[in-house]
Amino acid sequence: MKRVSKFYLALIYIFLYAPILVMIVLSFNASKNRNVWSGFTFKWYAELFHNQIVLESLGNTLLIACIAAVASTVVGTAAAVGINSFRRHVRNAILNVTYMPMINPEIVTGVSLMLLYVFLGVKFGFLTLLYSHITFCLPYVILSVLPKLRQVDPNIYDAALDLGCTPVHAFWKVILPQIMPGVFSGFLMSFTYSLDDFVISYFTNGATSQTLPITIYSMTRRKVSPEINALSTILFLVVFTLLIIINLRGRNPKKKKRSA
Amino acid sequence: MFKSRLSAAPYLLWMGIFIIAPLLLVCYFAFTDASGSFTLANIQGLTAHVDVLLRSLWLAAVATVICLVLGYPVAYILSRAEEGQQRIFLMLCLLPMWMNFLLRTYAWMTLLENNGLINRFFGLFGLGPFEMINTQGAVVLGMVYNYLPFMIMPLYSIMVKIENSTIQAAQDLGANGVQVLFKVVLPLSVPGITSGVIMVFVPAISTFIISKMLGGGSNLLIGDLIELQFLGNAYNPHLGAAMSLVLMIIILLCLGFLNYFGDEDATREAIL
Repeated sequence: MKRVSKFYLALIYIFLYAPILVMIVLSFNASKNRNVWSGFTFKWYAELFHNQIVLESLGNTLLIACIAAVASTVVGTAAAVGINSFRRHVRNAILNVTYMPMINPEIVTGVSLMLLYVFLGVKFGFLTLLYSHITFCLPYVILSVLPKLRQVDPNIYDAALDLGCTPVHAFWKVILPQIMPGVFSGFLMSFTYSLDDFVISYFTNGATSQTLPITIYSMTRRKVSPEINALSTILFLVVFTLLIIINLRGRNPKKKKRSA
Repeated sequence: MFKSRLSAAPYLLWMGIFIIAPLLLVCYFAFTDASGSFTLANIQGLTAHVDVLLRSLWLAAVATVICLVLGYPVAYILSRAEEGQQRIFLMLCLLPMWMNFLLRTYAWMTLLENNGLINRFFGLFGLGPFEMINTQGAVVLGMVYNYLPFMIMPLYSIMVKIENSTIQAAQDLGANGVQVLFKVVLPLSVPGITSGVIMVFVPAISTFIISKMLGGGSNLLIGDLIELQFLGNAYNPHLGAAMSLVLMIIILLCLGFLNYFGDEDATREAIL
């Protein structure tokens, strides 16, 4: 890399990481005031782990993400198979509607779901959150399974039938293993989007069940809340470790191939 | 090939209830009043908020252009780096995106405050304090910071496909650096630019958190207005629905305009 390029990249990375670095440093600041440094402390971490609201909403977030990811993966994979069986123009019509939650701004999706629950008289709470999360996860599953489904060689499926498989059996034994990477990446995307979602949850949550992003939001509305810095630091470290693990795992097979 | 239209049935039902019905309800609410009778008052009521709409368009457009200008060289440099370096640098670009955007925006509040870190730094030299938070500049900064990776990603994924030999061929044929950029690299990266612009512009024009946290009360965007109609003191879901409808139409128009230039499939690829 040229020197100018390196310098430019460095500037961009400073821009991207400086705020995060500041939060990490401040999370160890003994003073409540974020502009005064008055010594090193783990106090905010301890307070965070005793904060009932944070722990409760973390539990809610994980529970909703798990259910939403599993449900949308199952329904979405089945839907992809079904959509693939329709004729072209029907398929395109369904797909165009499926794109809507991805193309629409999150706030419009959130507001429209809120109107639905108001209109139907559904009580806002855990279930409305869950329905909403499944709704915005489904398109990601469908759109990551469909391309894999199109890559499947129909001859292999026919071969399975010739060898005596029933269609359903052939689906489980022949097609599903081949589309599994798409199913898995759809599941992962659903899980992470569900964990991270704020806007849609904000419009569809009830007072009884809040997710972590919503709790974070109410913490940012207070003038002084140093626990937020501790929370950011922990989340940053978790994400950082996960990405490194994924990256290292992704590399190993390549190395093996080369040496073999 | 395995055919089973029936397996799409649960999804089609879900789609009807949770995608189509809510959007129809937005239209229904936009054209009715509290008693449920037809009215155009909500749409007419929007004229009072044209300034907010124009501000949203303008700030989102500025943020998108800045993201493009900042992100384009990053994507190009990354796409020309060695393969091992590419992975690491790309991961470093995307890493901040994995942190909740509320926390990232909160971090900027700390930095931009009147007695925040940046002003204290200037203070060391006897400068300032500059008023940075609660300005339109702070809102644009928040948008650029949050959405820059959305610009870099699609640009990068298009630019890796440009072969080094293509660029070398242009150089061999006598093109200078500027000509290589404008005659070879730029035309080949148009699909990436289109999807990058979409992926930055859509969330930027509809945000309500960034403007709330960094813009103070005086720089409301269309997203803030919608939020106020549904969850704020101004509770009026009919006006809010009308605003959402207009926002949706603006974005669909922008998408149609951009897809005219770009490759729709590349956009979808980039979103995934």
